[in-house]
Amino acid sequence: MSAEVKAIVVSGNGTNCEREVANACRLAGAEHVDIVHLSRLLSGEVSLHDYHFLNFAGGFLDGDDLGGAIAGANRLRHAKIKTSGRSLLDEILLFVENGNLVMGVCNGFQLMVKMGLLPGFDHDYRTQRATLTFNDRGRFENRWVYLKVDQKSPCVFTRGLTGMYLPVRHGEGKFVVEDPQVLERIEAEHLSVLKYSDAAYISPTMEFPLNTNGSMAAIAGLTDPSGRVFGLMPHPEAYLHRTHHPRWTREELPEEGMGLWLYKNAINFIREQVL
Amino acid sequence: MANRIVVGLKDGVRDARAERVRQDISNHLGIELQQVRTLDVYTVDAQLSDAELQAAAQGPFSDPIIQEYGVDKALAQDFDMLIEIGFRPGVTDNTGRTAREALEYLLGRKFAGDEAVYTSVQYLLSGDVDKQKAEQIAAGVLANGLIQRWTIVSRAEFDPKTGLAPQVAKVMTTGQPGIREMDLGVDDDTLMQISRDGMLALSLEEMKTIQAFIATPAVQQQRKTVGLGGCITDAELEALAQTWSEHCKHKIFAARIDYEDEYGQKESIDSLFKSYIMETTSEVRRQKGADDICLSVFKDNAGVVRFTDDWSMVYKVETHNSPSALDPYGGALTGIVGVNRDPFGTGRGARLIFNTDVFCFASPFYAEPLPPRLLHPRRIFEGVVEGVEHGGNKSGVPTINGSLVFDRRFVGKPLVYCGSAALMPAQLHGRPGHEKKALVGDHIIMVGGRIGKDGIHGATFSSEELHENSPVTAVQIGDPITQRRMFDFLLIARDKGLYTSITDNGAGGLSSSVGEMAEDTGGFEMHLDRAPLKYAGLQPWEILISEAQERMTLAVPPEHVEEFIRLGESMNVESTDLGVFTDSGYFHCLYHGQTATYLPMDFLHNANPQMKIPARWEIKTHRQPAETDLPKAQEALLKLLGSLNVCSKEVVVRRFDHEVQGNTVLKPLTGEANDGPADAAVVRPLPDSFAGITVAHGICPRYSDIDTYHMTACAIDEALRNYVSVGGNVDHVAGLDNFCWCDPVLSERTPDGPFKAAQLVRANKALYDYCVAFGVPLISGKDSMKNDYHIDGKKISIPPTLLFSVIGKVDDVRLCTTMDVKRPQDKVYLLGSTSAELGGSELFNILGFTGNHVPQVDADSALRRYRTLNRAQKAGLVASCHDLSDGGLGVALAESAFAGGFGMDINLGNLRTQGELSVLEMLYSESQSRLLVTVAPANAEEFEKLFSGQEICCLGKVTSAPTLRILASDETLIIEENIYVLKEAWQATLKEL
Repeated sequence: MSAEVKAIVVSGNGTNCEREVANACRLAGAEHVDIVHLSRLLSGEVSLHDYHFLNFAGGFLDGDDLGGAIAGANRLRHAKIKTSGRSLLDEILLFVENGNLVMGVCNGFQLMVKMGLLPGFDHDYRTQRATLTFNDRGRFENRWVYLKVDQKSPCVFTRGLTGMYLPVRHGEGKFVVEDPQVLERIEAEHLSVLKYSDAAYISPTMEFPLNTNGSMAAIAGLTDPSGRVFGLMPHPEAYLHRTHHPRWTREELPEEGMGLWLYKNAINFIREQVL
Repeated sequence: MANRIVVGLKDGVRDARAERVRQDISNHLGIELQQVRTLDVYTVDAQLSDAELQAAAQGPFSDPIIQEYGVDKALAQDFDMLIEIGFRPGVTDNTGRTAREALEYLLGRKFAGDEAVYTSVQYLLSGDVDKQKAEQIAAGVLANGLIQRWTIVSRAEFDPKTGLAPQVAKVMTTGQPGIREMDLGVDDDTLMQISRDGMLALSLEEMKTIQAFIATPAVQQQRKTVGLGGCITDAELEALAQTWSEHCKHKIFAARIDYEDEYGQKESIDSLFKSYIMETTSEVRRQKGADDICLSVFKDNAGVVRFTDDWSMVYKVETHNSPSALDPYGGALTGIVGVNRDPFGTGRGARLIFNTDVFCFASPFYAEPLPPRLLHPRRIFEGVVEGVEHGGNKSGVPTINGSLVFDRRFVGKPLVYCGSAALMPAQLHGRPGHEKKALVGDHIIMVGGRIGKDGIHGATFSSEELHENSPVTAVQIGDPITQRRMFDFLLIARDKGLYTSITDNGAGGLSSSVGEMAEDTGGFEMHLDRAPLKYAGLQPWEILISEAQERMTLAVPPEHVEEFIRLGESMNVESTDLGVFTDSGYFHCLYHGQTATYLPMDFLHNANPQMKIPARWEIKTHRQPAETDLPKAQEALLKLLGSLNVCSKEVVVRRFDHEVQGNTVLKPLTGEANDGPADAAVVRPLPDSFAGITVAHGICPRYSDIDTYHMTACAIDEALRNYVSVGGNVDHVAGLDNFCWCDPVLSERTPDGPFKAAQLVRANKALYDYCVAFGVPLISGKDSMKNDYHIDGKKISIPPTLLFSVIGKVDDVRLCTTMDVKRPQDKVYLLGSTSAELGGSELFNILGFTGNHVPQVDADSALRRYRTLNRAQKAGLVASCHDLSDGGLGVALAESAFAGGFGMDINLGNLRTQGELSVLEMLYSESQSRLLVTVAPANAEEFEKLFSGQEICCLGKVTSAPTLRILASDETLIIEENIYVLKEAWQATLKEL
C-alpha cells in the first residue's frame, strides 16, 4: 500500500453530509478523499479495500421511512456486488478485520447500529444489539450539545479528548439496548465513549435539552471493543472551524473546531498503525 | 391476495409518536384520552411465500430491539377505539415505496408492475371515547379526508385474532385512454360551460380567441395534414388552459391597467411586470455599469447573480398557498421540494445550498367558529411546519432564514412562501453555467418520478379562489428521496456535459416544461404513450399536464442519450426518451402514433388576449387609539414581546435543520444561550474561501391597510436593513419580489376590485422607486393573485402581502455581526431617526387599531447609513447590530439585551426624533431604516467619526446588571425589568406548540 491515507465517504439514496465529511477528512490530513456513490460500490467499480477510512455520513437513507436507516441497513445486508456476488456488509466486515477504521455520524451511526456493526461484541458485527429510535419528545431537533468523553475507552477517535461541543440534528437519536446486560457490557468495557453532559463535561445527563433525545445512560456515541469502529449522533463535521460555533461572534475560540479532532485522531492512527 | 404485516412497539418502549398525538388531540379538540398507542401496518399486495412474509416482518419492516410484529394477525389489544388511517388510491405513499424496495433487496427480485406495498397507521385510543369522538379525532387531527381514508372499530367489533381485513389502495381506472375532440362552434354560454366543466379557468374572451383560431381555414388545412378534424382536441384545450393560466402567464401583471390616483389623475399602464419590475432591473443595471452583478434575470426558473469569479448564486422564492390550505403537510412539503427544482434547474444546473421559508397564518389560538371547508389555523401551522421540516431536512438543504407573520385574515388563505438558493459554476464546459439552449434534434428526456393523476389542474386551480368544487387531485405529497436521487444523478450528468438544457416540471407538467424549452428550437414532437406512468389508464391529456412531482425535463443530444439513461439507471433514477425538439413551429404531441396536439408555438405562447383592469386609489382614514386606550410603557413592552408577530419562533426553528452542509456561519438563533432572534443568515459555501452569502427578507402586510406604496417601501427597507445588520454588502445585493394579493379584478364577486388593483399599482410604483434608489436589481419573483376565500356568500381576502427577499455577498464571514450585546460598558447607538409612525404598527395591532401614520422610507439617507455601517463592520468596530422592526426601539433593546445576557441603561432624552414624540412613540414607533448598534468604548470615537453628519445618537450603555432600565427625556424611569423576565415573556407564547 502507498503511504497516503485514503478515506472514502459513501453517498446516495438520501445521504446529506458527504461533502462536509469529505472536507473534514481533507482538513485532518487525509491525502486522498473520495465521495463514492453506493451504486459504484455495488457495481464493483470501486472497492472498499483501496481505502483505510470508511465514512457513513448523516442524512435520511431512503427517507428513514421504515425507521432511521433501517432500509439502508437492509440494502447493505442484502444487495449483492455485481462482480463478486458478496454483500457490502461482507466487504465492510473484511475491511474492519483488516485493521481499518469506520466512522458513522447521525444517520450513518444509525446505519452501523442497525447492521450490528456497533457495539460489535466478540467480533460479531452482524447481530443487532441496540437501536436508535424516536426522541422522547417526538420531534426533530437541531441544537448544540455538550459531550463528555470516556477517557478509558478503547476508541482511537477520541484519544486525548475530554469533552466536545457539537450540534445534534435528528428526530431518532434515542439510544436503546436489547437488554440490560448489553448496556452493562457497553459500560463495563467503556464502549459508550460519548455521553450527553453538562457544559463542564463532568456529569452525564438525562435532562432536556442537554440530552435532547432521552438516550439510555445518556449515550451519544459508541465504539466497538477494537476502538476502530465508531459512531455518534452529533455532527463533528459541522464544527471544523470557529465560525461554525453558534457563539463565535461573542467568544474567543481557536481557529480549529472541536469536530476536527476526531478526524485528526483517525488519520493519525492510520498513518501510525495502518499504513 | 394481500397480506398485512402489523408492527408495534414491545412492552415498556416509549411511544413518542403516540404521546405527541395524544397531546395534539387534547390541544385541538379538548378531548383528554388516557392513552394512545400506534401500530404500523404494511399491506403487501404481491406474491410472497409465508417464509418471505415472516422474513420481511422480521427484517426491514421492524426493529428487533424495540418492535414486535404480526403477519395476518392482530397486535392491537387493550383499547377502547381503533382508528386505522391509510392513503386514498393514487396518493404518494413514500413509506410504501421504500418498503417495496426493501423487499426487493431482501428477496433478490423485482416486484411485478401491479405489485406494491401500501402503508397505514393504527391508532389505539383508550379512555372516554365513542365512535363519534373517534370520528372527530380522525377527521380533526389524525387524517385529512382529501388524501386519506380511515376505518373506526370499537373493541367489541374487533376480531383479536385476525384484526382488520387488508385494504389495497390500488388505483382503478375505467374507460379507454384516447384523444377526444371538442366542438367549439357553439354559443358563448356553451363555451363558458366547457371552460367551467373542464376546470379550465379560461375566460370567455380567451375561449373565443381559441374558437376563432380553430375556425380559421388555413389552420384547418394544416391540421388535416396530421390527421386532425375541425375540432380542438382535449389535450390542446388543456395545454392552452394551462399555458394561459394566471399561474403560468401572470395575466394580471401583464394586463393593461387604467389607474386613477387620489387626485383623479389618470394613467394607463401596459403591464406592471414590464413597466415596473423589468424596468427596475434594467435601470439599476444601467446605473451600476461595470458593477452590475446580474447574470440571468427573469428568463429562467430562478435569478442568477455573480458571487465570486468562479461561482454564481441562484435564488428563487415561490408560494404554495392553495395546496397548503387544503393539505398543509403535503402542500408545504411539495412547496419546498418543488421550489428546490427551480434553482436546481436554472442554467445548466446548480447545487442547492439553502432554503428559506415565510409563513402567514391566523393565530393558532383562533377561537371563533371556522367558516366551512377551512382548517383551523393551528392545524395549518403544524402541518406546514412538518411539511417544510420533512422537505428541507430530508433533502439535505439547510433552512436558514424565515418568518412567521400573523393576521386574522390569513384564516381564509394561509401564505406559504418557500425559497431556495443554489451555487452554480460560473463557467461550465467553456460556457457560462447560467446559459442553456436546447438544439434541434436534441431528445426530450424526462427524469425522476412517474406520472399519475396527481396535481392535475394545479396551475388553473391556484389561479382561482377556494370554492366548493376545488379538486382533490390538486393535493400532492412530495417525495424528497426520489428527488434527492435525481439531483445526485443530474449533477454528475451536468459535470459530464451530457445535456444542453434542463428545466423543472412544475405547474403544467410536461406541457409547460417541454413547451417552454421548445421555444429555443421552435417546436417539438413528443410521444405521450412513452411516458412512464404510476398506474395504467391515464388519458393522454392527463399525461401532458399532470403535475406529478420530482421530475425534470432535459434536452439531451442524440449521441449522449444512451449514456445518460444508463448512468441514471445505475443510480436508481428513471429516465425516459419522449421525443425530439424540432423547428417545425408546432407543439406536436402524439399518442400511439395519433396526433393529440398540433398547435403553433406562437399561438400557444403569444395569442392570449391582454386583460384590462380598472384601478382607482382612495385614501381611507382609520381609527386611532385615544389617550385612554394606551398602555404604560412597561406593560406595552411585555405585551409586545409576547405578541405572535414578535415572540420567539425557536420552537419552529429547531425543527428545521439549519446547519446541514456545514456552511451556516450565522444561524437563525444567536446569543449567550443560542436563542436570540438573528436578523439574517450567512453561509460560507466554499471551503477554500471566506466569502459568504447573506440572505434576508422583509414583509409587513399590516402597513397595506394604510398604503401599499409604503408597505412595499418598508418591506424593501426591512430586507436590506436585516441584510446589512449582519454585514451583507449593500452594493452587492439582489432582490426578489413575491406578491400575494387578493383578487384585484373587478367582477360581481369582487366589487372592490378597482381599489385592490390600485393597491397593486402602488406597490409596483414603490418597488421601482425604492429598488432604483437603493440600487437593488430584481432578479426573480412570483405572484399569487387569488388569495380569497368565498363560500356561502362569505368572503375573506388576505391583506395585500409582498415578501421582499434579498441575497448578496459578504466579503469575509469572519467580520459578520450578530444582534446580541457582547460586553458590559459597550455604548448603545441608534442609527437613524424616529418619527411618530405608529400607523400599522404592532403596538396598534395588539390594541386593535390601524392608525394612519404609516412609516415612510428615506432611501437616500438609509443607503448612506447602510454603506457606512458596512465600513464600520469591515473595520471591526461593531460589537452587535440589530434591526428595528415590529415593536420598534423598545423591542429591539429588549431582544439585544436578553440575547446577550446583559442589561442596558438607556436614556430616551438622547433619542434623535422628527418633532415632539410621546414615550410610546419613541419606544414603539416603527420608523424605518433604524439599527441598534453596540460598540466597545475603545472603538466609540472611530465609530462616531465614521457616522459624522448622519443621524446617530448614543442612547446609553450595556450593563453587567441584568436589567433593562429606560429613562424618559424628563429622567423619569419608565421601564425597569429583569432581562430574563423579558425573555420569558418573549418565549412563552409559542413554547408549547
